[in-house]
Amino acid sequence: MTIKFHLSDDLLLGYSAGSLDEPSNLLVASHLALCPHCRARNASVDSLGGYMLDSLPEAPVPMAMMSSVLTRIRCESEAPVPPTRSPSTANFLIPEPLRSYVGGDVHDLNWIRMAPRVHQIQINTPNSRSQARLLRFQSGTSVPAHGHRGRELTLVLTGSLCDRDTILFRGDIAETDERTEHQPYAGPDEDCICLAVTDAPLRFKSMFARLLQPLFGI
Amino acid sequence: MVALEELRGDENSVAASLADCIARIAVSKDETSFEALFRYFAPRLKSYFMRLGADASAAEEVTQEAMVQVWRNANQFDRSRASASTWIFTIARNLSIDAFRRTRRPSFDPSDPAFIPDGEMLPDLQLERAETEQRVRFVMNSLSPNEKSVLMLSFYENLSHGEIAERLGIPLGTVKSRIRLAFAKIRTALETRQGEEQ
Repeated sequence: MTIKFHLSDDLLLGYSAGSLDEPSNLLVASHLALCPHCRARNASVDSLGGYMLDSLPEAPVPMAMMSSVLTRIRCESEAPVPPTRSPSTANFLIPEPLRSYVGGDVHDLNWIRMAPRVHQIQINTPNSRSQARLLRFQSGTSVPAHGHRGRELTLVLTGSLCDRDTILFRGDIAETDERTEHQPYAGPDEDCICLAVTDAPLRFKSMFARLLQPLFGI
Repeated sequence: MVALEELRGDENSVAASLADCIARIAVSKDETSFEALFRYFAPRLKSYFMRLGADASAAEEVTQEAMVQVWRNANQFDRSRASASTWIFTIARNLSIDAFRRTRRPSFDPSDPAFIPDGEMLPDLQLERAETEQRVRFVMNSLSPNEKSVLMLSFYENLSHGEIAERLGIPLGTVKSRIRLAFAKIRTALETRQGEEQ
């Protein structure tokens, strides 16, 4: 299936510049693992970094620095050859680097029930403003209608997620901001698993959902 | 022997000389090439790290670390995929995240079975990397100072869009639209090139 919804220029720029926080970096890197198109864009943005390094004014460097670096590199032993991993034929649904963060593939995880038909895995990223979590919606389940206090990024990994007039499949990205109010639901065929990164707690519309919010931790 | 004079001249020949230096380090651990790279990159790397908020001595510390990594990883440099400056930029960026930014920047793993390889890349993106990079540089040279400054600030001073707006005294929407415009120009340049070849 070809990916239709890609990373925004803003996210690519932030990933390349190194200015995103860890949860957003994790989402970008996981999309890049699935999307050759965005990897090519990412390489173009990295080359902006090279261009700008060339055009920076030079800061004076003490004479002694070169000799101290030369001393260090003369002590370098041959770099160890990285062990070649035997090619695995395993069919993972969760790509790296995300799989290492959550500790395994879809079926290895201890999913925590958040609500009827909705499970999650919280992803621990210390010192981050935003929160990453893996969400699993049973097919046909809808998320309570909600708005956002900040940005929400979603990367679909299995199944499909219908959001207003678009349907997202594996690899697709949805980016919403504080202006968005929506009620996405999982497609009918299989469970939808997605990685969600939220900048600020969601703002649920109904009183019932708002009451539950502290319990779900979202 | 690479004299410093050789690293002047037009942009393309500088880029080629720098790439040659890395290649010679990979093949024969050539210290003279390393010294030429050091003279070109160390002052720029220090400048980059200081723009990210490091003081002079911390910036020099990380600059040394970056140059040691250039030496150590020279055999991973592939000039068909990136210029010397771009490759060294990525080394410096990754070091800056560990050293100053107290966060992590995970990357994808091409040997992961779930990784989708480039073979399925769309045809309009199969430009040679090196050529793409030249096009990007050409577009950057043609941007207005206003457009360029927005990109520079997000790259080199690690500022959010809001902070850039404040620094330049322009509305947030203008920052976003300048970034969008700059990217659109880059995209157009890459696609035009592709169109000429068809």
